[in-house]
Amino acid sequence: MSADPTTVLAFETDCHIFDGCGFPAPGLHSFVFEPMFTVGGIEINKPMLLAVLSTVVVVGFFWAAFSKPKLVPGKLQMVAEAGYDFIRTGVVYETLGKREGKKYVPLMVSLFFFIWIMNLWAIIPFAQFPVVSVIGFPVALAAIVYILWVSLTFKRHGFVGGWKNISGYDPSIGPALPFVMLIEIMSNLLIRPFTHAVRLFANMFAGHVLLLIFTIASWYLLNGIGIAYAGVSFVMTILMTAFELFIQALQAYVFVLLACNYIQGALAKEH
Amino acid sequence: MNALQLASEEEIQNPLLPALPEIIIGLIAFAIVFGFLAKKLLPNIEKVLEERREAIEGGIEKADAAQTEAQSVLEQYKAQLAEARHEAARLRQEAQEQGAVIIQEMRAEGQRQREEIIAAGHAQIEADRKAAASALRQDVGTLATTLAGKLVGESLEDHARQSGTVDRFLDELEAKAEAVR
Repeated sequence: MSADPTTVLAFETDCHIFDGCGFPAPGLHSFVFEPMFTVGGIEINKPMLLAVLSTVVVVGFFWAAFSKPKLVPGKLQMVAEAGYDFIRTGVVYETLGKREGKKYVPLMVSLFFFIWIMNLWAIIPFAQFPVVSVIGFPVALAAIVYILWVSLTFKRHGFVGGWKNISGYDPSIGPALPFVMLIEIMSNLLIRPFTHAVRLFANMFAGHVLLLIFTIASWYLLNGIGIAYAGVSFVMTILMTAFELFIQALQAYVFVLLACNYIQGALAKEH
Repeated sequence: MNALQLASEEEIQNPLLPALPEIIIGLIAFAIVFGFLAKKLLPNIEKVLEERREAIEGGIEKADAAQTEAQSVLEQYKAQLAEARHEAARLRQEAQEQGAVIIQEMRAEGQRQREEIIAAGHAQIEADRKAAASALRQDVGTLATTLAGKLVGESLEDHARQSGTVDRFLDELEAKAEAVR
């Protein structure tokens, strides 16, 4: 019944249906990990280790591809260039334009690939955990984007102009202006960073729960007639894994696209 | 084990509350990614992409230049050809004109010579006719007076010569012939 968070697996392995053993459903405890070791006063657990590994993977990949780039690219460089160009042209230039966007390309490329790899761990055997389903990681990344676009707003428009930009100041609205400004400020300054982080977090969190449910069920149902049900559950596990592969890239893309939109709003002349 | 799990579940009652260690690790991990990509790797590839673009555009420019040159050479050649054709046409025209003039001249010359020959012929005939007429007049006069003298029985030669009768008669004849003609 109990799922010990310290175990390597997310559930007990000796529990099957018809054995008088209830379904070891995944829950919040599936997202808690005991520290594995301690570095510089910080206790490192599995998600943190995976985050650090993501850094190694992303830097390693781009190092291998771009450290000695060639005019006529090899296979690896070609793949990396395609990924780079996808974010640069497809996201940054598309939203910010080439002139304004040039500066933000490295940030967005880093964000996208870092988030994507952190998500990708969810379906990598033995890792099998999406790092951003721990809220701290998306919060850190959303905070970077938040600080960037807010400071850009005031840098571009000055103090008063910055507030006008954030509050959507527009006298033509008439008497409703104070309410509109209040809503806009709430929406932009408070809700926006929250949704930015939570959108990424919740998608990966839910995806992980789904995968856990079908994975655990496949094992749990493996008894007597239950074997037939287990087969269905296993097929679902495979399908959901493929679906997650898609969602992981999509959510990384959405996060970066929104970041570009926020910066674009900060740089825009007036609302 | 149960107690531990319950404790940890309580600890994470709200999954939306971020924990500081994860934020710090996340920031550091991302900072390393961003540092490597922004400072070294992406400028690297950006430079190469730029070089590639220039290489491609340079190739295109070279091809453009070659094409432009080929075009100008072709035009030059066409112009020369047209000029040559024009020149040939001009020469032909000239030759035709000259030929026509020469034919004209030859024809005029032939006409002139023909007329000269005809005129000379006419003059010759006239001269012959006149010579023949005067000779005939002489002979006819002599014959007539001789015949008349024989008929009359005496010589009328002297008389006829003196009076010019024969000549007068012949002149009248001629005048009549003229009138008839």
